[in-house]
Amino acid sequence: MRAVLLGATKGMGRALARLMAERGDALYLLGRDRDDLARSAADLEIRGAAGTVGFTHCDLLDPATFAPALDAAVAALGGLDAVVVSAALFAAQETLERDGALRDRMLAANFANTIAFCELARERLLAAGGAARLCVFSSVAGDRARKPVLLYGATKAGLTYYLTGLDHKFAAQGLRPILVKPGFVKTGMVADLQPPPFAGEPEPVARAVLRAIDRGTPVVYAPGVWRWIMLVIRMLPRAVMRRIAF
Amino acid sequence: MTLIVNEPLKVALGRESLNDGWPEAAVPEPAPRLTELAGWGHYPVVQGYERRSEDLESLTRDAVLTRGLGRSYGDSSLPPPGRHVVAGSPLADRLLAFDPAAGIVRVEAGFALMNLNRLFYSRGWFTPVTPGTHYVTVGGMVAADVHGKNHHVAGCFGEHVRCLRMRVADGRIIECSDRHERELFRATLGGMGLTGHLLEVEFQMERIASPWIWQESEQVRDFESALEALQAAGKEWPYTVLWSDLLAGGAKLGRGLLMKSRWAQPHEAPAAPPRWHRAPALPVFLPSWLLQPWMVAIGSALNYWKHGARRRAGIVHPETCFYPLDVVREWNRLYGRRGFTQYQAVLPGPHSHPRQRRFIETLRARGGKVFLCVIKDCGPEGKGMLSFPKPGISYALDIPIDGDTQALVDALNDVVAAEGGRVYLAKDAFTRAEHFRAMEPRLDAWNTVRRAWDPGGRLKSAQSIRLLGDRA
Repeated sequence: MRAVLLGATKGMGRALARLMAERGDALYLLGRDRDDLARSAADLEIRGAAGTVGFTHCDLLDPATFAPALDAAVAALGGLDAVVVSAALFAAQETLERDGALRDRMLAANFANTIAFCELARERLLAAGGAARLCVFSSVAGDRARKPVLLYGATKAGLTYYLTGLDHKFAAQGLRPILVKPGFVKTGMVADLQPPPFAGEPEPVARAVLRAIDRGTPVVYAPGVWRWIMLVIRMLPRAVMRRIAF
Repeated sequence: MTLIVNEPLKVALGRESLNDGWPEAAVPEPAPRLTELAGWGHYPVVQGYERRSEDLESLTRDAVLTRGLGRSYGDSSLPPPGRHVVAGSPLADRLLAFDPAAGIVRVEAGFALMNLNRLFYSRGWFTPVTPGTHYVTVGGMVAADVHGKNHHVAGCFGEHVRCLRMRVADGRIIECSDRHERELFRATLGGMGLTGHLLEVEFQMERIASPWIWQESEQVRDFESALEALQAAGKEWPYTVLWSDLLAGGAKLGRGLLMKSRWAQPHEAPAAPPRWHRAPALPVFLPSWLLQPWMVAIGSALNYWKHGARRRAGIVHPETCFYPLDVVREWNRLYGRRGFTQYQAVLPGPHSHPRQRRFIETLRARGGKVFLCVIKDCGPEGKGMLSFPKPGISYALDIPIDGDTQALVDALNDVVAAEGGRVYLAKDAFTRAEHFRAMEPRLDAWNTVRRAWDPGGRLKSAQSIRLLGDRA
């Protein structure tokens, strides 16, 4: 499989890239920090990725970088089977309420810019005629508005909506969007938060995601128990949501 | 055995853009969360701040200490009292370079030994030295300068380290080795993270004939014959260790099982590589009163008799050989919230010297409830200025904590100090500063190097406050 990954130097993206490398996939990394990308590329090469793991600059806060980065990736891989987007910004709700500039950056990166990136990725995946997997990390935070992840959850709800629609519209042409909804997963992004019950680890989550990519599963909750947790939370009436803290 | 090369492995990157991390640069760092921190023995437990991130370089900028997976037993990895932040390295876990011809590997300090093993068994390489658990980071292996069942032939892990990249107290990032900043290098091997934050480690791996282990084991009937058999086995076997039953009374004291292992030759080994599984975890702390000495005594006797008088030999999984306790994660919860300590000391040889028996008798006389005793003969001292092993016999004793633990450790330390032995900092939670000083004539030399790199005393741990006279 020839895959381009945005956000694979950290967290769940890192774990997923490693699984792909260890089974010999060809990988190309996109991200902001060249030094960080080079280190991750070395890690993935040693683990068994096919050939050289290339990388180039791509900044989710700067949409002008998207097309050149994707084109460089397709050229380096000699084709394209999958695009994985696990990059996103996260900050605590209180921080986002205090810091308007940060809020706007988060809204732009996680929603508008991620969708702009996916649009460009979609065109290239369909043109390449490969497996056409577009795997995007949304979140269970997008399933129901909750107090501690209100703004972050709003971006993920939008993303979920978009990917669901992408499946409806382009499935007939062969596009397979994989919508990943992680529950709380213990990554560096949330290292300063108290993990709730049912918190997951990046590696098992990555296994579930890779299985979904291989099979073309449209929606994957990871860890899987979050599907049922969110089912319950989605059914809670407004009066309850106003009172509870999570 | 160690290959010394001038040049560190080429790591394919420039390091100019250190502050351009993402999303750190885009999102302000939240305040760290006050959490309960403890070592593997769950004693002591402190309230402290641990900050984790993939970016160890920025993480270590303001930290007083870096900790890995928290497998040191006592307070080595704990912050000193006060509002100090420790950096947590386990998310910084990338392989940076590997030379498949020479077996030289360079990793970020948070890289876990388990992952190293699982990636490299099948490629014919193994860590030159492994401690008794694979849930340790390579940075932690350097900081404690770990030893293993092959200490009598391979020395400590530090003997195989080629260079270290570290952040020292003034904030600079320095590459050190036997050729460059040699004193810092040698003070850092076994320096318990107190000379600087480890960022990257480059070391020489060992070629293995197959990914399987040939192991032989036999009963040893009492303490003296056990030590003698251990000593003899070391002449022929690369990996030797003695499990000893110190709860058995009278003449049976110190009976046990001697384990001898080596890597299997290809024609002995199964064709398939060893499979590995994620170990189940003990989900909760058991009540501290649950595990009673009589139960452990029965368990130990069963373990001894089950083996039988016959010598056993055969192929075993490398993880069965090296990490028998890792089959259950968080097994330390067996001891309950009160916790346990592992007292590990080395006494100078020879094995037939009466001091060995004196040590065991002291333990007996104090009613020492030793639930697990592992004995290993140590080879020569290595490069590390403060590393634990020295030629002689090392005793590792798992002791549940109760009101008598301090007195027991004091009594044992009296013997160890008088006999020219020393204790292992990575295990220690109870040794007194006076005892440690009496055991460590090397302390002043190490402190001189440490202070040259950290004149302001910025780097410290709960242990360095307790044992080394650091100020909180």
